[in-house]
Amino acid sequence: MVAEIGQFVLILALITAVFQGIFPLIGAARNSQPMMRFANNAAFVQFAAIAGAFICLTIGYVASDFSILNVANNSHSLKPMLYKISGVWGNHEGSLLLWSLILALFGLAVAAFGRNLPDTLKARVLSIQGLIGVGFLMFILFTSNPFERLDPAPLDGSGLNPLLQDPGLAFHPPFLYLGYVGLSVTFSFAIAALIEGRVDPAWARWVRPWTLAAWGFLTIGIALGSWWAYYELGWGGWWFWDPVENASFMPWLAATALLHSAIVVEKRDALKNWTILLAIVAFSLSLLGTFLVRSGVLNSVHAFASDPARGIFILIFLIFVIGGSLLLYGIRAPQMKGGGLFSPISREGALVLNNLLLSTATATILLGTLYPIFLDAFTGAKVSVGPPYFEATFLPLAIPLVIAMAFGPFFAWKRGDLAGVISRLKFALLVSFVLVGFTWWQQTNTPVMSLVGLGLFAWVFVGSLLEWSERIKLFRGPLASSWRRMKQLPRSAHGMTVAHIGVALVILGITASETWQSEHLGVMRPGEIVSVGGYDFRFDGAETIAGPNYDAVRGTFLASTGSNKGVYLYPEQRRYTTPPMDTTEAAIRPMLSADLYTVIGEEDGTGGYAVRIYHKPFISWIWIGSFVMFLGGALSLSDRRLRLGAPRRARRKETASPDLSGAKG
Amino acid sequence: MTRKKRRLYFVLAGMCVLGIAAALVLTSFEDSLVFFRSPSDLVEKPIEPGRNFRLGGLVEEGSVEKNGVITRFSVTDLNEVVPVTFKGLLPDLFREGQGVVTEGAFNEEGVFVATNVLAKHDENYMPPEVADALKKAGQWQPEDGG
Repeated sequence: MVAEIGQFVLILALITAVFQGIFPLIGAARNSQPMMRFANNAAFVQFAAIAGAFICLTIGYVASDFSILNVANNSHSLKPMLYKISGVWGNHEGSLLLWSLILALFGLAVAAFGRNLPDTLKARVLSIQGLIGVGFLMFILFTSNPFERLDPAPLDGSGLNPLLQDPGLAFHPPFLYLGYVGLSVTFSFAIAALIEGRVDPAWARWVRPWTLAAWGFLTIGIALGSWWAYYELGWGGWWFWDPVENASFMPWLAATALLHSAIVVEKRDALKNWTILLAIVAFSLSLLGTFLVRSGVLNSVHAFASDPARGIFILIFLIFVIGGSLLLYGIRAPQMKGGGLFSPISREGALVLNNLLLSTATATILLGTLYPIFLDAFTGAKVSVGPPYFEATFLPLAIPLVIAMAFGPFFAWKRGDLAGVISRLKFALLVSFVLVGFTWWQQTNTPVMSLVGLGLFAWVFVGSLLEWSERIKLFRGPLASSWRRMKQLPRSAHGMTVAHIGVALVILGITASETWQSEHLGVMRPGEIVSVGGYDFRFDGAETIAGPNYDAVRGTFLASTGSNKGVYLYPEQRRYTTPPMDTTEAAIRPMLSADLYTVIGEEDGTGGYAVRIYHKPFISWIWIGSFVMFLGGALSLSDRRLRLGAPRRARRKETASPDLSGAKG
Repeated sequence: MTRKKRRLYFVLAGMCVLGIAAALVLTSFEDSLVFFRSPSDLVEKPIEPGRNFRLGGLVEEGSVEKNGVITRFSVTDLNEVVPVTFKGLLPDLFREGQGVVTEGAFNEEGVFVATNVLAKHDENYMPPEVADALKKAGQWQPEDGG
């Protein structure tokens, strides 16, 4: 019964989405208020219907209703409750339902928070959201129905892939989708602007919160994914330049570029065409990512099923969305006049450089990701493009980008003073050189890239702090006046500083963990001690234990330095029963200074166990830094001027005091 | 500064960045392409020692021999056999008779030294490259998985 209700409301959602896609668009063209207002109600009904379908599927999972094919294939009655629920989106059909749910949620959010948007713009945005919804709901109903029945129902389900039974992975897809789908809103705004033929600073201000939200969620989603890979796969790596990872990294890079170019539109009324194009590209990359991951073109833990009908459907949808939007762009973009002139050395100039580098980096990653697929399709040759390619192309583009990061915020709009900025940044330069020099003095064989990485960390970290303290005139007057200035500084300015510091921390984490990691690989017997990275690891043996739906061999390690009494680590080698599968559970002791990482392998038949032990300095900072970046985005999002309901008011205020708000983005 | 001049600057900057990127792509592409070969492919098109590539097939029954953390095994497409050695912890689903993809290079003795044995995520899963290689070798049985 639940499945039939779910199926029914899903069809209802599709019909609503079709109407939402058509009527408001006509209404906006004819300036008909009722037809435009219809969009709000449609967005609400569509969301309610998809939420209903999602709840129905969740009930199926929680109640272990194995007469639903999707539940039978992906769940099991003995599975812990958290994974019964996360199992809803741990499969192809359910994950698409989640995608549609989030899409409808964003549509509803535009309808609810966009009260001050002009009627026609809002109607068009919701209409485009509706059309994207039509595509996804058709895809679900015609090729990937989550409510398909199974008769006779099996006694029990076949279980969820144990690698996916993990808290990190329970939350990774929702965040990633919030990011992917959040970009649909900026896309809809871009298409609506093209239809209207008008982009102005107000438009940029309406788009900015959605871009920020999407970017923040993507940041968290990608960080969770890499964290999962780090502790769950047991290889100690956290980023493999795997096509699936690239599929999420490309929209992130595009969204980062968009975030910065929208500032130029907002403050200076320039780069309009470029920003519109970026909005289209960012969402197209999200769709492409979904296509690559869901169609089975790539084989990975994400490719749940490879049904050719699905691949063809997504491909047609992709061509329709990307081709259609680029066609519209080609027709309409030349009509839009850019404003504000500026010199290359200026805030705008720095943001243009940021955009050039980010989009070029995106393009090189896209090339490396798609090349093997095209080569296979056209010649049948099987190749893969490995990390060396991505490192050789991405890093040289990222380095100037990071150098420019400290400069950009110091420049004035229109015309900057390079010599003045350099002199204000000399302290950051000094700290970088001292850090690099000290490291090199300590260890003359440090790889050059590691020294560069450390230098960049210090440069951005100190540079960002210098810029922030300059804004509040720290130590240039009484502390009380600095405090007052700090409180007056727009939150988006604080947000930028925090996000840039986050980037610096990520650079520190990557550099330090890659450079000073130490490793031990070998067979250990109970009582044996090895020293890795200044810690003594004592192996205390292994025992067999039983978990809720698996058995495991659990090893015990005591890791200690001479001074403290140490910490115990319990890595496991698990054998799940449904589906039958072995997994490695690394035991990790995360600390701010380093992670201790232990993995236990098979017994060698004489009482020894194959083990792998890593000491990874500062690796936690990769994820701490990512979270700090997210916080920066959230802080920026909370800026009064961007508050979703108050774009008009904020705008009037800005024209009254252009100096204060023109200060920063 | 005029609009035209500004546009010229942008175009120049864009060309520079793209030019640098193109140079980076071209210099690194050839070296970082990793080819996939089945044991039979290697008889037709041998690969010189030291060159990195991916070798895929089935782990030959009875070939796995462990010595501490060093494992020796053979990869076969049921026509040809290639000896492989790997130092490290094997992925969870590594088993005799199962599909496997390894990455590494031949040493001078003609033994494939794997730096990486790719983990598979599902026990019924057959890497598509391996399935293709088995089909080509005329040894494909659909019940092997897929």
